[in-house]
Amino acid sequence: MVFVDSYPKTSKLVRSEFLVAFAALGLGALFGIVQALHRTGLFRGFVSSADYYTLLTGHGVLLALVFTTFFIAGLFAWATTNSLERELPQRLSWSAFWLMLTGTVLAAVAIIGGIVGAPTVFGHDLQADVLFTFYAPMKAHPAFYVGAALIIVGSWLAGLAYFKSLWDWRSENPDERIPLRAFMVVTTMLMWYISTIGVAVEVVALLIPWSLGLIQSVDPLLTRTLFWYFGHPVVYFWLMPAYLVWYTVLPKLAGGRLFSDPLARVVFVLFLLLSTPVGFHHQYVDPGIPEGFKFIAMTNTMFLLLPSLLTAFTVVASIEHGARQRGGEGYFGWLRSLPWGDPAFAGCMLAGLMFAAGGFSGMINAGMNINYLIHNTLWVPGHFHLTVGTAFALTAMAISYWLVPQITGKRLRQRTVALAQPYVWFVGMALMSNAMHRAGLAGIPRRTAEPNYDEFAFEGLVGTVGEMRLQIAIGGLLLFLGAAMFLFVMAETWLAHRGGTLSVNSEFPDPLSGPEHSPRILDNYKLWTAIALVLIVIAYGPPLASMVADGIAVPGSPPIPV
Amino acid sequence: MQVHNFEKIWLGAAILLIVGFIATISYGTVGAGIQMVDDSGGQISAQAVQNGESGTQFDDPGVVRQNDSHYVVYVVAQQFQFVPGSGDNPIRIPADTRVTFRVTSADVLHGFSIVETNVNTMVIPGQVAEVTVRFDEPGTYGLVCHEYCGAAHHTMGGSVEVVPRSQYDYQEVSD
Repeated sequence: MVFVDSYPKTSKLVRSEFLVAFAALGLGALFGIVQALHRTGLFRGFVSSADYYTLLTGHGVLLALVFTTFFIAGLFAWATTNSLERELPQRLSWSAFWLMLTGTVLAAVAIIGGIVGAPTVFGHDLQADVLFTFYAPMKAHPAFYVGAALIIVGSWLAGLAYFKSLWDWRSENPDERIPLRAFMVVTTMLMWYISTIGVAVEVVALLIPWSLGLIQSVDPLLTRTLFWYFGHPVVYFWLMPAYLVWYTVLPKLAGGRLFSDPLARVVFVLFLLLSTPVGFHHQYVDPGIPEGFKFIAMTNTMFLLLPSLLTAFTVVASIEHGARQRGGEGYFGWLRSLPWGDPAFAGCMLAGLMFAAGGFSGMINAGMNINYLIHNTLWVPGHFHLTVGTAFALTAMAISYWLVPQITGKRLRQRTVALAQPYVWFVGMALMSNAMHRAGLAGIPRRTAEPNYDEFAFEGLVGTVGEMRLQIAIGGLLLFLGAAMFLFVMAETWLAHRGGTLSVNSEFPDPLSGPEHSPRILDNYKLWTAIALVLIVIAYGPPLASMVADGIAVPGSPPIPV
Repeated sequence: MQVHNFEKIWLGAAILLIVGFIATISYGTVGAGIQMVDDSGGQISAQAVQNGESGTQFDDPGVVRQNDSHYVVYVVAQQFQFVPGSGDNPIRIPADTRVTFRVTSADVLHGFSIVETNVNTMVIPGQVAEVTVRFDEPGTYGLVCHEYCGAAHHTMGGSVEVVPRSQYDYQEVSD
C-alpha cells in the first residue's frame, strides 16, 4: 500500500508544504548565485552593491527560514502519520500551513519591495534589507516582522497537530513505547517551542510595536540576545530532521537496520536539553555580557558535540550492517557494497560526510578564544553552508527522491539527473566552502558586497585571494546547477501521470537493539522539558535580568532609518 | 539499557575530547590570559555619542596617553566610517605598548576587527566595547567593519598604523 493511498489527506498536506519549500529553494538559490558572482567580482551586472543586501536578506530568509520550516513541516507530517498510523488532525494542520504561507508572503513582499525602489506602504518604506538576523536598530517594514512572527506561530500550530496525534495514539496504546520517528518529531518540536520563545518575544513584544512607532526605542543588546537565544537552537531544528532521516530511513536504504533505538532516543533528549542554553556563543565578542556567562554557554556548546558524535557512530554502524547484509567485507571494503547508485542514499551519505567537516569547523567556532580569529569572517558562512546548506538541504533533497514518489504515487523521473545531483552539490560545496573557510582565516569579512577596501588589501595565508574568489564563484555556480537539477527532477516527477508500481515504500525494519532495551524514563517528556528549562534559567536568567534591570528599553535606540 | 561495547568506547572517547576542548580554553583564559570582551566598558547613550554630547572622551575620539606604557584609543563607529581609523585618518599607536581600544557606536551595530589579529569585537549601540592588546610588530594593519550596517557597509574600512615605540610621537596625542 502506497502512503498516498493509505493517508490521502496527509499526503495532500505534505505535497502543499513541499511545494512552498521547493519554490523558496528555487528563488533562494537564484539570489545565491547572483550574490556569489557579484561578491567575487565575476559578474556584477545584476544588482548594485547597495541592493546586494536585499538579495542577501532574501537568500537567508527564504532558505534558512521558509525552505527549512516548510520542508520540515512536510517531513514531520509524513513521519508522524507513518509511525503512528493515523491521519494528522486536518483543520489544525491546514491552519498552520496557511498561517505560515501568509507570513512568508508578507516577509517576501517586504524584502522584494527593496528591489523595486522601496515605495511607501502604510506610512513605511517597503524594504527589509536587514538580513536574516534583523538586528535593531536597523529597521525593516513592519510587514517583515509580522511575516516572521506568523511563520513561527504557524510552525507552533503544526507542532500541535503532531502532539494531538500522539495523544490520540497514546490513549489507544497506553502501554506501548512511542514509535521512534514520532518520538523524534515530538522531541524536536519541544525544543523548537522552548527556543522560539526568544524570537517571539523579540519580534512581537519589541520590534513590531517599535517599527510601527508605538514605542520609541529598544535595547539593541537585549533584542540581539533574544535573537541568539533562538538563533542557535534553530540550527538544531534543521539538523534534527536530518538526523531523523539518517537514523530511520538511511539504514533501510543501505539494506540494513538501525543499530540502536535507545541511543537514538538519548541523542534526541540531549538535543532537547542542551540546544537552547548555548546562544551566548554567538555573542562571545559582544560587549555588555559578563565573561562567566559566555563560559557557561561554551561548556554547553562543547557538550552538544556529544549527541552528534554518538550519531556518527550509530548511523555509520547501521550502514555498515546494511553493507554487510549486501555482501560487503573487510575493514573498509564494505563501503563499496553500498547502493551509491541510489540518489536518496548517495545524497544522504554525502550530506553526512560534509556535515563531519562542518562539525569540525563548528568546534573552532565554539572555542571561546579561537573564535576571535574567525568571528564574523567568511569562515562563518563557510561553516553553515556545510551544516544547514548541506547536512540539512542535501538530505532534504535526497530524501525527496524517496519520499515524493510516495506522497504523489508517481515514480521518480529523470533518475540519471537525480543521481548526478548530490555529487554536483558535493563538489560545488567543497569548492565554495573550503575557499570561504580559508578567506575567513585571512580576515575577509562576511556579509559584504565588495570585500575591497581603500585603506589596505587582504592577503591569503594559503593560496591567493583571487584563487579563493574563483573557487567561491565556481562552487556557487555548481550549487545553483545542483538546485536547478533537483527542481527539474521534482517537476518532471510531480507532473507525470501515475502508472506502474513504485520501487520505494515506507515500511521499516526493526532496529538491531529495539526500544524495549531503553529505559521508559526516556519517553518522559515532562521531565526532560523541566530539566531543559532549568538549564536555560541558569544560562540566561542572570544576564537577561541585568539587561532589563535598568528598564527594557535602556540603553535604547530609535529605528534607523527613521 | 543495552549499550554495545564499541559504543561505550566511542562514548568515552567523545567525552574525553569534549573535556579536553574545555580544558584548553580554560587554560587559555587562566594560563595564557586571553580575556573575553565583557561588560567592563560600561553603557553609554548612542544618541548622545551621535550628537557629541556624551560628556565622555567619545565626543573627541582619538588616542589618549595614560602613561608611557599605556594608551587608550577612543573610536566611534558610525555609518560608514571609523572615527578615527577611516580614510586619511588612521589610528596611530606605538608598538610594544599596552593599548586599550574603547569602541562604541553612534547609530547601528558595527564590527571592529583588526585584520589577522585577535582584536575583534562587536560594536553595539549603547555599549562600550573594551579590548586591550599589545602589538609586537610595527606595520599597517587593516581595519574592518564586519557587521552589516547599511547600504554602504562595504565601504567601511580603515587602518591601524603601529609605529616603533622609539619613533612614536606622543606629542600629537592628548594626555
